[in-house]
Amino acid sequence: MSVEAHEMPRLPDVDPLEDKPESIPQAARRKLSSPWASFIVVVITFLWTIPTLGLLITSLRPAADAQNSGWWTFFANPAVTFSNYAEVITGGDTIPSGITPYFFNSFAIAIPAAIFPLTLACMAAYALAWVRFKWSTAVFFGIFALQVVPLQMALLPLLQMFNLGWSLGPIPIFPDLNRPGSEQSLLAGTYIPLWIAHTMFALPLAIFLIHNFIAQLPRDLMEAARVDGASHFLIFRKIVLPLSVPAIASFAIFQFLWVWNDLLVALTFAGGTPDVAPVTAYLANVKGTYGAQLHLITAGAFIAIVVPLIVFFALQRYFVRGLLAGSVKG
Amino acid sequence: MEELLTGLEKLWSGFLGIVIFGVLIAVLFFIGSRFRGRLSRPAAILIFLGPAALLLVMGLIVPAIRTIFASTQDASGNEFVGWANYQWIFDSQFDIIVNSILWIVITPIAATALGLTLALLLDRMRREAVAKSFIFMPMAISFVGASIIWSLIYEYRAPDKPQVGLLSQIVMWLGVDDPPKWLLWQPFNNYLLMVIMVWIQVGFAMVVLSAAIKAIPSDVVEAAELDGATGWKLFSRVTIPMIRGTLIVVVTTIMFAVLKIFDIVRVMTNGNYGTQIVANEMYAQAFVQFDVGRGSALAVVLFVAVIPLIVFNVVQLRKDRATR
Repeated sequence: MSVEAHEMPRLPDVDPLEDKPESIPQAARRKLSSPWASFIVVVITFLWTIPTLGLLITSLRPAADAQNSGWWTFFANPAVTFSNYAEVITGGDTIPSGITPYFFNSFAIAIPAAIFPLTLACMAAYALAWVRFKWSTAVFFGIFALQVVPLQMALLPLLQMFNLGWSLGPIPIFPDLNRPGSEQSLLAGTYIPLWIAHTMFALPLAIFLIHNFIAQLPRDLMEAARVDGASHFLIFRKIVLPLSVPAIASFAIFQFLWVWNDLLVALTFAGGTPDVAPVTAYLANVKGTYGAQLHLITAGAFIAIVVPLIVFFALQRYFVRGLLAGSVKG
Repeated sequence: MEELLTGLEKLWSGFLGIVIFGVLIAVLFFIGSRFRGRLSRPAAILIFLGPAALLLVMGLIVPAIRTIFASTQDASGNEFVGWANYQWIFDSQFDIIVNSILWIVITPIAATALGLTLALLLDRMRREAVAKSFIFMPMAISFVGASIIWSLIYEYRAPDKPQVGLLSQIVMWLGVDDPPKWLLWQPFNNYLLMVIMVWIQVGFAMVVLSAAIKAIPSDVVEAAELDGATGWKLFSRVTIPMIRGTLIVVVTTIMFAVLKIFDIVRVMTNGNYGTQIVANEMYAQAFVQFDVGRGSALAVVLFVAVIPLIVFNVVQLRKDRATR
């Protein structure tokens, strides 16, 4: 019985954001195309872009303008300032703490939290697809099924594990890392709980998707390498990883953005301190406390979304593939 | 300057984490490749699969079991209370359940319907890539970012003052003198929050459905057109049945995302003014009230609600595959 037969949603393998050369019937259909269709699409595109445009414009307006008039009046009364950005970046009179440390935290969380699960998932996927053992199909199904466990189910116990340690009777599974005489775990104030939590939550989907890709690599190639006496470790490094780059790239981008945009895991495992919390936690905080300072909040929000937007526009093709494949995550 | 230095320090610890992780993996590989002969296979399986399996057991399986167990305990997790926490949800938190159901039903259907409309329209126009990019863009923005973007639209100001919120301004231009305080305007504030999620998800629905529509074999469409099917008939008798599987995947996928959404409600209203939903209440109970029992029970409710969606999704896809 082959595992490949149990793939999931193979969404249509067309590059969705690319204009394809059209077939003849399609060309014929286009003759029927009404200017109305184009018109409606243009209107909706415009509507969909306005909210983000409003954010950008508000963030560039002087404080008094932004707080006392709508951003659309900007066109009648254009005044541009970068002082909102300056204040949000370094902190200022209104919001004492700037976004800068959180911005760096986001990178320090998201890059490792994309690399770790990917590496482990590639390894696990290789074992399940090409080392094959008695229960490999069952294990693969088990991992697939784990996708149904929502994040929320794991948050509280994981937090306890990081703070107090876990043991199964007398056997310690995760050590109690409290410093002697203090209430603080050694892990508090480090990125480690965030990395571990994100890695754990990413694994089921990552293993599943990468397995689908790795299992389709040519069998002859693997067997030839085995016959030549290459160990599994050598095959993994020299054949499997280089050939899996497209799948890895798609998932890496998806996972990076997922972690970058995450709020729930961040709030649970990092709290809101500038030591480790990411931009999303900062924004949620600032929005709650300084909700009226529209010019500053919008500047902060724009700083936070500019990274995903750059990734989106620069790597659109990979992004879309990763997103389509990963849309069931959570 | 000082901030930049601490920033570099942060990036350095991230980099250090990656290096340590890399060294660990390299050591594992080195140990594994020492095994020869009969032991080489089990060693390879253990090393390739072991780390992931360990993390999955520690991170998902055991916690899930503990959460189910904790949901039958009291607030501090010391005393068995049976169904009391679930009783509490269904007795006193009924509004939350109703809100969540509204979210789960309305948002995916609205997003999919709009996405489908766009996909059909795009199929009839040139240079669709630009439009697609812009409609898809919100998908890259975090829910927190999206909430801030939309709070600019829902911002309320007294009607005699210059307006800051776009929605109020538009409504006033249309002749309403006294626009409501949008986010406090029960029960409609719920729908206003859903609009944010629809704004985010439409691009996803559009891109997937557009690809499915393009994948319909052209001879099917031609045959139908020869038989005189046009417009609505072509759409309802040919297009829809041909993309039925994809439609279901899109709806269930968005449902799945909506079920666990927490950020939008938390940032916009924090669940006040009748907008609370299960995922945010779970966070509030577990991490603000420190009521482990109730928080866990709410998490289990989410879990139970997710299962049929996934099962339905998988069954549908297998069926779809079998008929193809």
